[in-house]
Amino acid sequence: MPEFQTHQYDVVVIGAGGAGLRAAIAASAAGATVGVICKSLLGKAHTVMAEGGIAAALANVDDRDTSRVHFADTMRGGQYLNNWRMAELHAEEAPDRVRELEGWGAVFDRTPDGRILQRNFGGHAYPRLAHVGDRTGLELIRTLQDHGIHQGIDFHMECTVTTLLKREGRVIGAFVYDRERGRFQVFEAKAVIMATGGIGRAFRVTSNSWEYTGDGHSLAYHAGAQLIDMEFVQFHPTGMVWPPSVSGLLVTEGVRGEGGVLRNSEGRRFMFDDIPDLYKDQTAATEEEGWRYTQGDRDARRPPELLTRDHVARCILREVREGRGSPHGGVFLDIAWIKERLPHAAEHIKKKLPSMYHQFKQLADIDITKEPMEVGPTTHYAMGGIRVDAETQMATVPGLFAAGECAAGLHGANRLGGNSLSDLLVFGERAGRHAAAFATEHPTASVDAGDLEAAGEAALAPFGRAGQGESPYDIERDLQDTMQDLVGIVRTESEMTAAQERLTDLRRRTREVGVTGNREYNPGWHTALDLDNLLTVAEAVAKAALARRESRGAHFRSDYPDKDPAAGRYNQILERAADGTMTLSRAPIPEMRPDLKQVIEEMG
Amino acid sequence: MREATFELWRGDKNGGRFESYTTMVSGGMVVLDAVKQIQAEHANDLAVRWNCKAGKCGSCSAEINGRPRLMCMTRMSALPAGETIMVQPMKAFPLIRDLVTDVSWNYRVKKTIKPFTPRPPDNEDGSWNMAQEDADRVMEFRKCVECFLCQDVCHVLREHQLYDEFAGPRLMVYVAALEMHPLDTANRLDELRKAHGIGYCNITKCCTTVCPEDITITDNAIIPLKERVVDRAYDPLGRLIRALTGDA
Repeated sequence: MPEFQTHQYDVVVIGAGGAGLRAAIAASAAGATVGVICKSLLGKAHTVMAEGGIAAALANVDDRDTSRVHFADTMRGGQYLNNWRMAELHAEEAPDRVRELEGWGAVFDRTPDGRILQRNFGGHAYPRLAHVGDRTGLELIRTLQDHGIHQGIDFHMECTVTTLLKREGRVIGAFVYDRERGRFQVFEAKAVIMATGGIGRAFRVTSNSWEYTGDGHSLAYHAGAQLIDMEFVQFHPTGMVWPPSVSGLLVTEGVRGEGGVLRNSEGRRFMFDDIPDLYKDQTAATEEEGWRYTQGDRDARRPPELLTRDHVARCILREVREGRGSPHGGVFLDIAWIKERLPHAAEHIKKKLPSMYHQFKQLADIDITKEPMEVGPTTHYAMGGIRVDAETQMATVPGLFAAGECAAGLHGANRLGGNSLSDLLVFGERAGRHAAAFATEHPTASVDAGDLEAAGEAALAPFGRAGQGESPYDIERDLQDTMQDLVGIVRTESEMTAAQERLTDLRRRTREVGVTGNREYNPGWHTALDLDNLLTVAEAVAKAALARRESRGAHFRSDYPDKDPAAGRYNQILERAADGTMTLSRAPIPEMRPDLKQVIEEMG
Repeated sequence: MREATFELWRGDKNGGRFESYTTMVSGGMVVLDAVKQIQAEHANDLAVRWNCKAGKCGSCSAEINGRPRLMCMTRMSALPAGETIMVQPMKAFPLIRDLVTDVSWNYRVKKTIKPFTPRPPDNEDGSWNMAQEDADRVMEFRKCVECFLCQDVCHVLREHQLYDEFAGPRLMVYVAALEMHPLDTANRLDELRKAHGIGYCNITKCCTTVCPEDITITDNAIIPLKERVVDRAYDPLGRLIRALTGDA
């Protein structure tokens, strides 16, 4: 048997975005030895791209805000499929997690009295998002990184996990290759935390970075963990649509929070045309009222541009499909118009939305202080993921924990903007703390030599087909096209069935994939190994979406366009059966605690 | 669409050479699009590091036609049409393979810098008060995406290889962000002068010109730090006061 470099830790964290770093810091603070494995360099994870802010009921801007309101907003946004206990913990703990960041050096924008400033965002009743211009994610990850490097945590950069190791039903480690040399390494751990983020790379148009290939979802699934809510994929309403090479790149909701409006080719603010009943009472009746809301008028209601993301995305798609789109197949997002209302509007826009200004200027030759942007929906976030215990974040397999986007439950059928950064912090901290506790109660188990040999052979198999197998890039592209075209924003049974057939064929082709070159920093090989993860999450999304015969939150079926009250009483669970097939079952949503029910009733 | 010719560096620490590739490009594309396209079409194993493709993560640093840039923020239309485009790895760091370099030195040096040390919280809930204008002073430095292009272009590192003596512009910006942080109480000036070698910077401002985030590295970060270092180390009255008050 070949020798592998072996590392031993109490807790191994896979992923170094916000959730992974926060988990590592918490586990280390609880006394555990911690190793972090990340596919990229430290500080580059997808969290850097988060723009708008961190949702937390600090009540610095509007003193009517409380964690109870935040809880109710999160549940309404998730169409009540959320794990209500997670939504409660999240709302209660987010303010402490934000304040703690400031103690580690984060610098947020300020209120006139020197507190952390908060901004409006879709689905949040009050200004709730702590932010730094439109680069909040960078601030968050850099703060955690610069704090984390002094906590005695080992970082293993540019390393990828190919399989989780198990013994007697418990996860005990991970099998890893390093990108630089392509050498295999074994990580032995008493507890493993998944913090790998999302699945956006399974679609052609996405705001996600290359790392988002569903690794955590897939690794956990193959280790026997349950996945939940996989049908719910959030399409952010505003991605760039031109030039083609940047299509999908995110345009922050903060643009609309600062007064940006959506118009079709006829110049009409079409968002006023369709306001869901659930939000009628909270939505501005006139353009004037909407504008006042964005400028902090407490008596005004929010403009319809700030309705939940799923709804805004579908309205944009409707305008485009009915021929009222922009030249490159989107709609217009206009922030420049505020010059009619504000003196020095151009400076104001550059100050509030510096990255957006920069991004459009540099990549599209558009000055957003003078002209409208063209935007359209882009794959943004997976509400679904590894099913976890609300308190501890442990998956359904002992020894495995999950936090952040790869875990599920908090967001239900649709996530509110700003709730992902707070999710990372709250549940990252919980996962780290509880994984460290788990580690004190469980010994290191020795890994099975046969498992290691099998993992190594599987990882090297594509080299055996060098020169004859299919290119991994071709398979990846076909998979992205399949999901984009057949399991996208608007879904229907016939298309999803066709998608499943194509995925089966892609699975066959993946077994024939070949890579050229050697093991040293070989992206062709890395892409080949990512394919299995992409396929697993694609299959999960398609299967769950086909089975949910209703439209709810981010999941929209043209053949079942209405909400089905009966379908609002369960989550869908995916699991790997003994024969290797993916099975789907329903888990009834537990009865909500009476005091929480009351909160929701009070909040209307 | 038009055909464009690229010369991409292929090789590892043992040596390498430029290889020529052609691919179809359009004006809206960036260099990283073209490089990825070449990778998918002609060179599956071409090593290139990238993440967000949005100028936010700072992974895809390289030298394009000899100039340090992010590949994801360099539009094809900004380069002379019809001319061959040369892409090579950052020169100041050891090559891993093709366009990917070993930048771990930056991470090691960062760890030697005293971490953020806040004053006690101002409020009972553990929070602080801070004026926007005080926050604004460090915002510019905190925009840094750690692409290390400033390190790549800095002649102290690139030409003179003084990696053990000088921490480089990126880390000067990092120190400036800490030193000018409204809540920070630590003092990093002695290390700046000795271990981090701020005196090696002779203000040629090359770092500022390549920064993709338009951070005015030399004027706003390095020069004010130099002034503080000078004040601390060479002002006799200040030294006397510190000696008397016990402030080392």
